Amino acid sequence: MTLTSDAATVPAAPPAADPAALQVVPARHPARWVAAAAVTVLVAQFAHGLATNPVWEWGVFGDYVLSDTIVQAVWVTLQLTAYASVLGFLLGTVLAFMRLSRSPLLQTVAWTYIWVFRSIPMIVQLVFWFNLSALYERLGLGIPFGPVFWSVDSDSLIGTIGAAVIGLTLHQAAYAAEIVRGGVVSVDGGQLEAAAALGIPRLRQIRRIVLPQAMRAILPTAGNEIIGLLKGTSVVSVMAIGELFYQAQVIYGRNGRVIPLLLVATAWYVVLTSVLSVVQYYVERRFARGADRTPPLTPLQRARRSLRALRAAAARRDRPVVPLKTLHPAEPLEGTR
Amino acid sequence: MSDVMVDVRGVHKSFGPLDVLRGVDLQVRAGQVTVILGPSGSGKSTLLRTINHLEKVSRGWISIDGELVGYRRSGGKLHELKEKEILKQRTRIGFVFQDFNLFPHLTVLENLVEAPVSALRRPRKEAEETARRLLDRVGLADKAGAYPRQLSGGQQQRVAIARALALEPKVLLFDEPTSALDPELVGEVLDVIKDLAGTGTTMIVVTHEIGFAREVADTVVFMDGGVVVEQGPPAAVLDAPRHERTRAFLAKVL
Repeated sequence: MTLTSDAATVPAAPPAADPAALQVVPARHPARWVAAAAVTVLVAQFAHGLATNPVWEWGVFGDYVLSDTIVQAVWVTLQLTAYASVLGFLLGTVLAFMRLSRSPLLQTVAWTYIWVFRSIPMIVQLVFWFNLSALYERLGLGIPFGPVFWSVDSDSLIGTIGAAVIGLTLHQAAYAAEIVRGGVVSVDGGQLEAAAALGIPRLRQIRRIVLPQAMRAILPTAGNEIIGLLKGTSVVSVMAIGELFYQAQVIYGRNGRVIPLLLVATAWYVVLTSVLSVVQYYVERRFARGADRTPPLTPLQRARRSLRALRAAAARRDRPVVPLKTLHPAEPLEGTR
Repeated sequence: MSDVMVDVRGVHKSFGPLDVLRGVDLQVRAGQVTVILGPSGSGKSTLLRTINHLEKVSRGWISIDGELVGYRRSGGKLHELKEKEILKQRTRIGFVFQDFNLFPHLTVLENLVEAPVSALRRPRKEAEETARRLLDRVGLADKAGAYPRQLSGGQQQRVAIARALALEPKVLLFDEPTSALDPELVGEVLDVIKDLAGTGTTMIVVTHEIGFAREVADTVVFMDGGVVVEQGPPAAVLDAPRHERTRAFLAKVL
């Protein structure tokens, strides 16, 4: 039906009184209700399966989830994540500024590093480091093609954990470098110009002016990377390091309860990721200072506010209700058909 | 002349094949206000940026209070200064940008304190006192704790002026300070600049505000095609221009 045919066939409605006085009929959304019902059924089915399917063996899960071996393993996983993310992002930041530097040599070295370490699958690289002593029996300090002043047995210098941290760090640094560089180039050029015009020393320009603003772009991706790294530590189980996934495997290899122990590992990964996500939220908020005119409330502040609103509403409930202005008999704005 | 504060001699600047400045000579005396007018693309902003070495000159030289900008003369040669020395020179040359370039993640007070503390090694407390005094002077004493994005454009530009003043520069350069502002906010920024002119600060202002030039300038410089076409007191240049190009420009903007 077109507007013109409406105008032609329907007599003009009597001019409505003030539209503000009319009753508002909310739009109906039947499709939304159908979708909501379908999803509710699916979720209920899933929950029912999780609770009642005996294969999950929730009892075994309960026995192991807080056992010493598993808690120890979680600690190893956390350490690997912490070392690799801190060292990885430090090295990554250096690489990022090398790529942004004016020296073609530094640019090329950084570019090549990123190219190489992004090309090698992490697991391949980790096995390389694990076999470092086969590659270089001794490591030393000296002049290339010249004398060596100091050297050490490579196995005694880096243990298995050391090899894992190095592997994870080098891998992480390549990605971190690109994330940091992306953040730095996203900062408006006028900022550096203003800092230069004010005579602010070069390092201070980067630390005080550029990086804090770059953090806004860096943090969401960096959060992704660190969470990815947390789960990526499970790859070092190939090196027989007692982190979470390795210990879960050891235990189910012994007692055959594969599913509940995978659940144990899953639960811990979910918990750790959740903690990291919360940390990320607050760190992002801190670096968003000055970005919004009115910063949004945190979920906690919002919860407190709605609690207060509920209380206030409850307090009002007992008071007599003031009737709304009497509505005119429904008087449609448009002509009815 | 001993009281020449800014001395620009034979300055050329090209970006690749594009010659933006083609031999500019300009002398600004201490305590005077010089307004540079000219059509867009005439090189006036580039000239301003060469004065604090944000752009390196291709030929010619610039000195401020007798000191070469970006170079040191010794043994019959000009030695390019290191970045550190250039940064130090810039603390004596205040620069106000068209789009303010305040640091959005720092409060207004932190914006003003940053350079004096990090570049001039002033004690923070002293720098904060100076900053509050300057904010009061530009009429924004109550905004010290605000972030730049919480301010209007005019207020931001006034903060930017205070930030430049915090280093107590010998010269203040303004690069179209009101061009990014809504018309009703132009006045408040021009008032601050007028106020500074009254205190004997040496200033070079690139602008399109002819009325401001007439009222405040000691010297009006008209640039076109990368050279100074004519200069003189506002009455001479604005009301009785000698050059056809100046006349044509004024006819368009007045």
